Amino acid sequence: MEHYISLLLKAVFVENMALAFFLGMCTFLAISKKIEAAIGLGIAVVVVLTLTVPVNNLIYNNILREGALDWAGLPNTDLSFLGLITYIGVIAAIVQIMEMVLDKYIPALYSALGVFLPLITVNCAIMGAALFMVERDYTFGESVVYGFGAGLGWALAIVALAGIREKLKYSDVPEGLRGLGITFVTVGLMSLGFMSFSGISL
Amino acid sequence: MSDVTAKQVLFEPIFSNNPIGLQILGICSALAVTTSLNVTIVMCLSVIAVTAFSNLAVSLVRTQIPGSIRIIVQMTIIASLVIVVDQILKAYAYEISKQLSVFVGLIITNCIVMGRAEGFAMKNGPWLSFLDGIGNGLGYSVMLLFVAFFRELLGAGSLFGVTLLPTVNEGGWYIPNGLLLLPPSAFFIIGLAIWGLRVWKPEQVEEPDYKMSRHKTKEAF
Repeated sequence: MEHYISLLLKAVFVENMALAFFLGMCTFLAISKKIEAAIGLGIAVVVVLTLTVPVNNLIYNNILREGALDWAGLPNTDLSFLGLITYIGVIAAIVQIMEMVLDKYIPALYSALGVFLPLITVNCAIMGAALFMVERDYTFGESVVYGFGAGLGWALAIVALAGIREKLKYSDVPEGLRGLGITFVTVGLMSLGFMSFSGISL
Repeated sequence: MSDVTAKQVLFEPIFSNNPIGLQILGICSALAVTTSLNVTIVMCLSVIAVTAFSNLAVSLVRTQIPGSIRIIVQMTIIASLVIVVDQILKAYAYEISKQLSVFVGLIITNCIVMGRAEGFAMKNGPWLSFLDGIGNGLGYSVMLLFVAFFRELLGAGSLFGVTLLPTVNEGGWYIPNGLLLLPPSAFFIIGLAIWGLRVWKPEQVEEPDYKMSRHKTKEAF
């Protein structure tokens, strides 16, 4: 249990997807002008990550990994080179299915998240989490915790940035730095703040 | 878009329409690989190759793709190209591919590649699309190399792994600035680079959301 809590804390704060690994930056910068939109996107990312990382984990361990096809009578096959295309396929498929299920059964949530779901397929944070999961060899349980934690950390970062930007638009920024430039500097300062979490472990 | 010349397509993205500075594309995997120039150059070459060839391939099949599934088709083309690049790197530059770790795979979700395939290659012929891919890849590389240059020089006192400023630890005089090896510095450098670029090319400056109005009432001084 302690191991999982430690992993969760690490995924949320120490190895924050957005601020320590720069993942999902495009959407991070583009959709952080309003807090409501940021919260919506944040929740969508948490849900998608919690689903896709474990599913990709199962696929990797049972089909792609070297020797994983033993049960099918193919002990020497190594399909890990197909990893990248499989993960992106799985992510795109899950996002699509989620969209349809939400549309049918929970229309309220669909109208809130709907716009953000397609954006998520090309969000590097989702793909990045899948690749980190493979690189670090997480078990199934760990991958569930990691997916959730990584999503939560990303959501936290984007909501915080949106909060800062909502105030920042009233300030008098030097001309060339306006817009994108000042946002980068803000994110840099936030990232500096998150660095103070490094070294925390249970 | 028949009036665009090959030269424009190739050189526009480098400064005038820089993918990172203006289009906000492809920042995702860019920043984490800029701590040393060697790694950065390999990353840049990979991105240029993938962007150019995915643009070429998408442009070749652009009349055959049904509109509703074009994203998936583009994604498959890009993913296949990235797998090729990844396998080549693992075979010939294993050390560097270890350092790049997941970031080669993340070229798939790099918005530059998708953005150019969707925005340019779907509408233009193969040759122009190919050049557009190279141009945008170069624009991305210029920004990355700029960041990596400062991070490696000031953070580790070397360029391409060759020591230029001997550090204190090795008996020299230069006290390296450790901050530049950490993630936040990349944000600062890019932010400042964008500032520089916009001072040079003022037409890229964004409109402010709110203008400061002048004081209308006399204040009690």
